[in-house]
Amino acid sequence: MVRITTLALLLAAVPLFVQSNHLLGLFIAVLFSAYLAQSWNILGGLCGQFSFGHAAFFGVGLYSSLILQVDFGWPAPLALVSAAVAGAVTGLFVGFVSFRYGLRGSYFALVTLAFAEILRMTASVVSFTGAGSGKYLPTRLGIEHLQFSKSGYFYFILVLFVLVHLLVLAIQNSRLGARFAAIREDEEAASALGVDVFRYKMIAILISSAVAGVGGCFYGQYYFYTDPHIAFGAAVSIEMLLAPIIGGAGTLFGPIVGAVVLRVAAELGQSLTGGVPGFNLILYGIMVILIVRYMPDGLIGGLRRPWALMRRRPTATAG
Amino acid sequence: MLTTQGLTKRFGGLVAVRDASISANAGDITALIGPNGAGKTTLFATVAGFLKPDAGSVTFGGRDITGMKPHQICDLGMVRTFQIVKPFGKLSVLDNIAVGAYARFPRRQDALAHAAAIGRQVGLGGQLEKIAAGLTVAGRKRLEVARALATSPRLLLLDEVMAGLTPTEIDEIVPIIFGIRDTGVTILLIEHVMQAVMRLSDRAYVLNEGHLIAEGTPQEVVREPAVIEAYLGPGAATRAQSFASRNAS
Repeated sequence: MVRITTLALLLAAVPLFVQSNHLLGLFIAVLFSAYLAQSWNILGGLCGQFSFGHAAFFGVGLYSSLILQVDFGWPAPLALVSAAVAGAVTGLFVGFVSFRYGLRGSYFALVTLAFAEILRMTASVVSFTGAGSGKYLPTRLGIEHLQFSKSGYFYFILVLFVLVHLLVLAIQNSRLGARFAAIREDEEAASALGVDVFRYKMIAILISSAVAGVGGCFYGQYYFYTDPHIAFGAAVSIEMLLAPIIGGAGTLFGPIVGAVVLRVAAELGQSLTGGVPGFNLILYGIMVILIVRYMPDGLIGGLRRPWALMRRRPTATAG
Repeated sequence: MLTTQGLTKRFGGLVAVRDASISANAGDITALIGPNGAGKTTLFATVAGFLKPDAGSVTFGGRDITGMKPHQICDLGMVRTFQIVKPFGKLSVLDNIAVGAYARFPRRQDALAHAAAIGRQVGLGGQLEKIAAGLTVAGRKRLEVARALATSPRLLLLDEVMAGLTPTEIDEIVPIIFGIRDTGVTILLIEHVMQAVMRLSDRAYVLNEGHLIAEGTPQEVVREPAVIEAYLGPGAATRAQSFASRNAS
């Protein structure tokens, strides 16, 4: 709580010192990645259900927000709420068909991947999504339209970022979080101890996908455009799961660390190679291999371990 | 408190438990013994809702619970442990026990306080902050008991909590089990360590190849020829008898 508040206050001061729009954009991108990573972390990290298709929830939020504003004239704040609802409904559906039949591990991952792909292909053929040419949001600056200046967007994503981290913190410090962790560690033991495994997995995917849906809405407000690949492409799903895995899945700060590392690596890669397309993906791949090999608990877990060993040593020698 | 009637569980062509009728009386420690592969753990899993019986019924506290889910059965006050222990490896000992405690105490501070008290009761008081994966075998067995006990059960099913322990560790855990019984919890346990069964249990059932072959006090069942033969092979009972009479003369 203290650390999150401190971080939020420090970040809130950033636009006062950073004048460069490029740099501010970088901050926005990192906060946005961390937000989406935290969404994945609720289901994948806290509850242990690895989704490979979180783009499904992100994309449904993104499209529903744009379509409701553009074609139905809904005000942007209402579209934001409906993006959460649309994401949650999609999540509940995917969760129901997977968890009801006991799909776990890689099977669940494959089902989520398949759902995202189905949605991507559907969005590229049906007319109400704008098919292959995508969907535009007209520019209407103003807080009632949730469209801002660069620093306004920074505060918009900062608020979402803080809210999702407070949410995760609250989950971790409650019965809900304890039961999520129990399911992640051992489903059978959890159910023996009175945990309704199906119900709690549904709660996890509900929260996670609603958060992802809101992320989709932010994307639409910030970039004014989407197409099927942006909304449902595998790249979105992969970024959402890479950051928590690199940083430390199931921890509060892991997704932030992972998002920073990924973004810095991508930027470095871009400037070093002079912008070779896809180079960041190669970097991501190398990082994942190294992390999975040497720090299976992510950077946070990997750095915590030697630290804990160092602190334990005196008592160990005494005993 | 617990009664099974004609409980049967098949796995394909194999009948793991056949027509088993057992009962555990309130306040007692009841033991379920038998050679490896006799179907003891299957019987446990069927009673606790992890497997659906092919025939028969389970009654708990006067209520038919056949076919209920494990978490529903836990809510009613029956909880099992696992022979192959299943610690939540990355969580601390306290957080492990708290998962059980949350079944009765929705609020975090109540659950943690209850979990800490249970931890001390089973002798894990000094290791509450330790990560569960770092516990010794004996520690994990205790943790398994503690988590189950934290759900405040009326009936506790213990599946071989002494397997793999040294005689000293067994001597330490026996009084803990008596202590649990003395707080009013009925216990049904599976055990291979016969010495412990003889000390602990009020009644014992012997299972062999899915059949119940004997029941009674532990002193009675170990003298049953059928039980001796189940453990030592056909004819063992008569050989043992003649050996005993030869030594006597």
